[in-house]
Amino acid sequence: MVPKNYIQTLAKKNTRADGRKFDEFRKPITVEYSVSAKSAEGSARVTIGDTVVVAGVKTELATPYPDSPDEGSIMVNAELLPMSSPEFESGPPSIDSIELSRVVDRGIRESKALDFKKLCLRVGEKMWIIMIDIYPINASGNLFDAAALAAVAALKNAKFPKVGEKDVIDYKNLSDKSLPFTFMPVSCTVLKIGDKFLVDPIRDEELAADARLSVTFTEEGKICAMQKGGQKQLTHDEVLAMIDLAAVKAAELRKCL
Amino acid sequence: MTYIRTDGRKVNDLRPMEAKVGVIKNARGSAMFKIGKTIAYAAVYGPREMHPKFMQNVERGTLRCNYNMMAFSGSGNRVRPGPSRRSKEIGLVTQNALAPVIDLTEYPKTVVDVYIELLQTDAGTRCAGICAASLALADAGFKMKDLVCAVSCGLVGDTPVLDLDYSEEAYEGGAVDVPMAMIPRTGEITLMQLDGVISREQLQRAMELAREGCQKIYEVQKEALRAKFSSMEVEAGETGVSSPPSKGNREA
Repeated sequence: MVPKNYIQTLAKKNTRADGRKFDEFRKPITVEYSVSAKSAEGSARVTIGDTVVVAGVKTELATPYPDSPDEGSIMVNAELLPMSSPEFESGPPSIDSIELSRVVDRGIRESKALDFKKLCLRVGEKMWIIMIDIYPINASGNLFDAAALAAVAALKNAKFPKVGEKDVIDYKNLSDKSLPFTFMPVSCTVLKIGDKFLVDPIRDEELAADARLSVTFTEEGKICAMQKGGQKQLTHDEVLAMIDLAAVKAAELRKCL
Repeated sequence: MTYIRTDGRKVNDLRPMEAKVGVIKNARGSAMFKIGKTIAYAAVYGPREMHPKFMQNVERGTLRCNYNMMAFSGSGNRVRPGPSRRSKEIGLVTQNALAPVIDLTEYPKTVVDVYIELLQTDAGTRCAGICAASLALADAGFKMKDLVCAVSCGLVGDTPVLDLDYSEEAYEGGAVDVPMAMIPRTGEITLMQLDGVISREQLQRAMELAREGCQKIYEVQKEALRAKFSSMEVEAGETGVSSPPSKGNREA
């Protein structure tokens, strides 16, 4: 573990522990599809530098919620596996895993990236629930962007299973019908360390950061979800500068999908 | 009536295998083991301090295994995340399957954690997990007598077979599943479970298949270790694959 003030001193000197520029992602960035094709309706593995995350999609039929009888639903769950880092422990979901799943959830749900009306089979009677589970395999920083990218890639990869009589799902036979994606949301997280902004942090940088801003964008570059993290405050101008940096980098990440 | 395997395998054929060590950078040791469509990852952390304290063993380190299926890795509905009675039991028998080969006397009061995660499943998950875990322990450099190889054998209909896949476990005419783990050099058994009804003769035949199968798995495992370590200078341990880890080079 690198001491916190060392990372901060480096930032002051306009450099980073691994020698990258502030606006530079680690390499390689890869997206592999169908990594659990036998089991999941859609799946993907995302690599950003040393960080590896997998995501899988399962679908189920259920009764629509009373307040949205003509819409389907999604559920996002992230688990910080102790397999992926000595920092993570077994047990009930930690607050970090809850924040991670909620930020990814928001990027997809509130942005209406999925057409929820098309996830409804019969109004008030049957809807699809799309369940996305995210697991880091090796957690070496920037789980937010890797998890969001993996979730979207798994959704893009997913096909509905066939539905037989009495709404029995045939998980062994997928249809050729993809999920009703209206656009693919892509997220980029910017950290503030001292008075510097940087993207794609390694874990030591996350621990040394003053604040964090995760911004999710639509394909047209509109903002569709945000989350500020970290304990220190940001000025209006800082927020805007961080959004501008995130927008450029999110557009680059999108090309990997 | 003789059962003919739907995927064209002979009764003593394993599904295609793939093994790789060093796949998780943060871990002291790690491995991926794939057999057919079942894919297991394993990572080893420690030795690190055992909590709670009363569980510490003053004579040697404790091996602790944790088995988990990813929520999307089942063959039907989503698997509810979190520990189940099934996953807890598999963690326990995995621990017992690996304990006989590993020497943790150098690390009293500590725990060595083994985490097994299933990415995709088509039966034989605990065996794939054990194969991956024993590779991960060797990758971590612990003193080991040998690797551990595991495979299921059993009956499909009345036919003794090796390495049942999910369709065979669910065979209409009935199936018996016998997961086994062995120390390949001695043939000693470190895990044995059985689900179903089988005669002594049939079981003996199935066990023979498992013994042969484990030798083939052993070759795949050794090859995976060689692929990582052949380019490195390794002090040959008793098995030629292990050298003792220096304490705490990865763990704070």
